[in-house]
Formats: sequence, structure tokens, C-alpha cells
Amino acid sequence: MPKRDSTRYTILFATVVCVVCALLVSVAAVSLQPRQAAAARLYMEKNVLLAAGLLEPGTEVTAQEVNRVFEESIRVRLVDLATGELVPEDKVDARGYDQRKARGDPATSRVAPPNNAGIGRLPNLGVVYFIMKGDAVDQVVIAVEGLGMWGTIYGFLSLDRDTNTVRGLTYYDQKETPGLGGEIGNPKWQALWRGRKSYDDKWNARITVIKGQAGAPDVDPLRVDGLSGATVTSNAITRLMQFWLSDNGYGKFLRRFREGTKT
Amino acid sequence: MSAIGTLLGREERKVLFDPLILNNPIGVQVLGICSALAVTTRMDKALVMGIGVTLVAALANLAVSLVRSYTPGSIRIIVQLSIIASLVIVFDQVLKATLYELSLELSVFVGLIITNCIVMGRAEGFAMQNSPLRSLLDGIGNGLGYALVLLLVGFARELLGAGKVFGITVLPLVKDGGWYVPNGLMLLAPSALFVIALLIWALRTWKPQLQEKD
Amino acid sequence: MEHFANLAVRSIFLENMALAYFLGMCSFLACSKKVETAIGLGAAVVFVQSLTVPLNNLLLHYLLGEGALTWISPALADVNLSFLSFILFIGTIAAAVQIVEMTVDRYAPKLYTTLGVFLPLIAVNCVILGGSLFMQERDYGFAESVVFGVGSGLGFAIAIVALAAIREKMTYSHVPDGLKGLGITFISAGLMSLAFMVFSGIQL
Repeated sequence: MPKRDSTRYTILFATVVCVVCALLVSVAAVSLQPRQAAAARLYMEKNVLLAAGLLEPGTEVTAQEVNRVFEESIRVRLVDLATGELVPEDKVDARGYDQRKARGDPATSRVAPPNNAGIGRLPNLGVVYFIMKGDAVDQVVIAVEGLGMWGTIYGFLSLDRDTNTVRGLTYYDQKETPGLGGEIGNPKWQALWRGRKSYDDKWNARITVIKGQAGAPDVDPLRVDGLSGATVTSNAITRLMQFWLSDNGYGKFLRRFREGTKT
Repeated sequence: MSAIGTLLGREERKVLFDPLILNNPIGVQVLGICSALAVTTRMDKALVMGIGVTLVAALANLAVSLVRSYTPGSIRIIVQLSIIASLVIVFDQVLKATLYELSLELSVFVGLIITNCIVMGRAEGFAMQNSPLRSLLDGIGNGLGYALVLLLVGFARELLGAGKVFGITVLPLVKDGGWYVPNGLMLLAPSALFVIALLIWALRTWKPQLQEKD
Repeated sequence: MEHFANLAVRSIFLENMALAYFLGMCSFLACSKKVETAIGLGAAVVFVQSLTVPLNNLLLHYLLGEGALTWISPALADVNLSFLSFILFIGTIAAAVQIVEMTVDRYAPKLYTTLGVFLPLIAVNCVILGGSLFMQERDYGFAESVVFGVGSGLGFAIAIVALAAIREKMTYSHVPDGLKGLGITFISAGLMSLAFMVFSGIQL
């Protein structure tokens, strides 16, 4: 063994340390990758259930239970956001689709039209979850996202089959200030959205988070209570919701759906 | 407790228990402040970070100590960093695979365990000169001392800021139909500095030998 | 252009690394006894940060990210090495700090002795690694990384010099024994951070 302070020994030692560390890290990353992907997917699907009101906030569910609900009552499809057409079921695996990844890959996304929601790129295909009651569609769940105060906010919005009434929503990934903007993750605030309308009489996306308190859903359908001390976040929510409800987002698809266009 | 006592000699016990109060990494050595301030808004976050730092500090100290007689002086810092970084990456991967929702919130700060002065400081300052057993204990002790402060600050901030302890409502909030108007300041970052300042004041009043002379 | 000015102001004031995110606290508290030392450390941090964030951005984009290795061969499109980002970031940071150390030693030896051990400790300064990690998380492009690197470094420098100025002024104040030194520094830093929260109401 060469002497400890010689160059040859230093290089040898450094190499050994590198190899050992690299092995340790690679083994951990590769072997845990499937579990991580499964955990991420479970979390996202759990939030689809929360948005649709099929799961009470705060309850724990196992992957099997989530799977069961998905197989029994949910049809996952992909939508071509530019045309609003559904992608045929056999063409692509809708449930395994990763919208965030597709949005980042230039091959499956495009530059978003100018907007005020901080959205830079749009995936070509968006995911939509049809919540079934028997053979008929009861709710339609769409994915929403936009720039908040500290980072991107991701959520799901569940609309009634009239594509206007809000049945529920969740914001499951956000970096807003805890206790202030972070309250968008609070189920009590999310419940305030239920029963409100997303569009006005002319089908413009008009639902707005206001400053202060809004009235009850039947008298004040287009407005939602604001979050005190969180103006930036509240405005960000309004903008991103209106974006995804408009023709730039799922608007074209929602119109086709409510007009009964064969898809 | 007595089992540990018989297993360890007097020197070892000192190494393990000193960092809990007398030589607390945050309150006395002024190490590891960064993440301590940001993750203490809730106790569950504080607990996971505390466990993470304890695990990494203990294992890193052990590893560094085991190879200390083979490590060339010129590359010792980067070797320590490599060991620490690898352990943190493994911890991060395990967290993402098991407690996914929590990992989303802890994101950047788990990576910052690498630069946590406690881990680096003890590896360089203690593990390079001491036996593997003592280094392991030192790592555990400092990690626990860090976790202790984190939990105390987290307790104050979560209780006064949200009326909860570990997510369980203790002081019912007005907006949930209760009586407690939460102290919003507690949920914001500066409150952590104030709470730690008060902790340090209390600690130094209890142990006057820790006070700084002019 | 507006986007970059926006980002610059955000990274210097609204998202100040020391006062909003509480990164770099160890050296923030330890090197703020005198304004001179604080300026030296601040300058060093600005330099290292401006160097490492854009460099790490390039490495992430062309080496580690998903599909990043396609410039070598399209067959490597599936390779995702981003779990190595921590180690690689630390590597570039350690190298950058080594350069700074040698430069300071050569051209400003007095500063070198004053900073002492805290110059190499910049390598483990949470601000530097935190800057690269935020850059990765927020998916910044190269130009944005440059602006963010300079801005976040400047923010830290401003904060530490301000704290040093306050501490120098407090040397003759009556501070209770238990609070002397560390305790009162924490409180001052806490108040400064509260003051910086004023910026969060600004919508850019």
C-alpha cells in the first residue's frame, strides 16, 4: 500500500470512496423507484377521489381501495386540449399518463398562449376523469395548475355533468405560505366551492375568489370567499381556474361534452 | 436507561448526553439553525427532520471515523461531504417512497441536511479524531439535541399558530367554531427566531456558565 | 426583460435567502460582529453563488435531467440521473469555493485571515446549495439562473451587512445577561426578517 499522503494513494482512496458511495446511492434510487412512482400515483388518485367527494378528507385509504373505486366507478380518458376531442381508449393508457412530465417534454407539449396564470407550456393531452353512477356520467374531474406565490399550484376540479356546477375540488401540491395562502389545501375552504357555478350565462369562465366573504352558493354562485391575508394566492387561484375552464384549457372539451357531441 | 449506563463507560455517556442540553448544537454551538427555523411550523415536519438529521449524523460520524486513519488529509473535507451527501440522498429516496405527502413539503430542506453545519461540523471536529463507537454516540447525541430543540420550537409554533399539536386540535380555532384566535405570527418564519432566542435565554439563565461575557 | 427585473427584485428582497428562508444562518450569525467582516463574506457569497447556480443549471440540463443525455446518443433518452444532483451540486460548489479561497488569499490576505474558517465553510453554506436546489425545483432556464444566482447572493450580502451594522451599534446597550451575544442577535435577526415581510405584499 503506497504511503497515505502520496498522490497515488489519494487517487486510489478517492476512487474507492466514489465507487462505494455511488453504489449505495444507485442501489437505493433504483430499487425504490417503483415504490416512489406508486406512492406519487396513489397520492394523485386519492386527490381525484377527494375532489369528487368520493373520499372524506382526513381518512386513510390503501392502494387497493383506491384501485377498487377506480375500477368500479371511474373512467380515465385523455383529451386533446386543442380540439376538445377525447383520445380513443385503445390508443393510449390514460390512467398511467403523467401530465406533468408530458408538459415538460417538448415532444408532447406546446407553448401556452399568452395568459396571466403563469402557465408556460401546455401538454397536448389533458387527463379527465369521468365519475360514473351506474352507466351515466355523474361528475367530470379535470386537472388544473398555475403559478401561485411561491411555486406552481396543482389541483383537481370536479364539475357536475352540466359542466358548470362545482361538485368539489382539491389543491394537492402547492408551496404557498402555511396558514395563509396554504389554506387552499384546507378542506373547509375547498368545501365553500361546492354548488357554485364556473361559467356565466354566456359560458365565459367567471368564477372568482374575492376579498372577503361571498354569499351562499344559490345567491352568489360565481364568487368564493377569499383567504384572509392571502391576496396573491387568492388571485392566482382565480386566474388558474379561469384559464383551465376557458377554451385554452378544457373549455372546448367541456362544450363538446355538454352538447352531447359523439366522442 | 440503566442498560445503556452499564453498556457505556463514563466518557461515552458524556459524549451521548452532553449535546442534549449542555452542549446543544442549536442553543450553544450555533449549528444547524437554517432548517431548524423553516421546518418547525408543524411538529410532524420537525420530527421527521429530527430523525433524518440524527440518522445521518450518526451514520456519517461512524463512517468517517471508520476510515479516518486511511483518509489523506488533502481530500478529507470532500470525502466527508461525499459520505454525508450519499446518506442524505438515500434518506430522501426512502422518504419519497414511504411518506410521500410529507416529502412534498420537506422537499428542499431534506437536501439541506447535507450542508447542515451539525453533521459537517461533528464529522470534521469529532469523528476524525475519535473512535467509531464514540463518534456514533456523538452523532446520535447531537442529532437528538437538534431534534429536541426542533420539537420544542415546533410545539410552540404549532400550538400557538394553529391550535394543534401533531395535527390534533388542542385549542379549537374560532373559524372551526371554537374560541382560540390563532397567533398568525407563529406560522411565519421570524417567530422561529424569537422562540429560539427565548429558549436560549432560558437555557443560559438556568446554566449561567453558558453566558457570553462582554 | 420585465420577467428578469421581476426575478431579480424577488430574489434580493421578497425571497431573501437569509431573512425569508433562513438559509446560511450559521455564518450569518457568526460573521456579523463587524461590518468589515460581513462585507467580505457577503462579497464571497455573491461570487460563489453567481458562479455555481448557472453552472449547476447547465450540468442539470445537459447531464442529469431526464432525457438530458440525448446529445450523446438518442438511445440514452430514458436515462434520468437527477438523483445525483445533490452530489454534483456540492462538487461544483466545493470547486468554486476553492477558487475563491485562493483568490482572496492572493489578493486580500488581511480579509483571508479575518474570515478564517468561514471562507471554506461557504462550501457548506445553506445559501449556496439552497440556491441550486431552488433553481432545480423551480425549473429555471440559464438566463434566469444567472439572475437568480446574482440576486440571491446580493440578498444575503445585504442582510448580513445590515445585521453587522445593527450589532455594532448595540455594543453599548444594556442587554440582560442571558440574552447577551447570541440571544439578542436572534431577536434582531427576527425583527429584520419581520421587516422584510413588508415586501411580500408587493405584486410583481
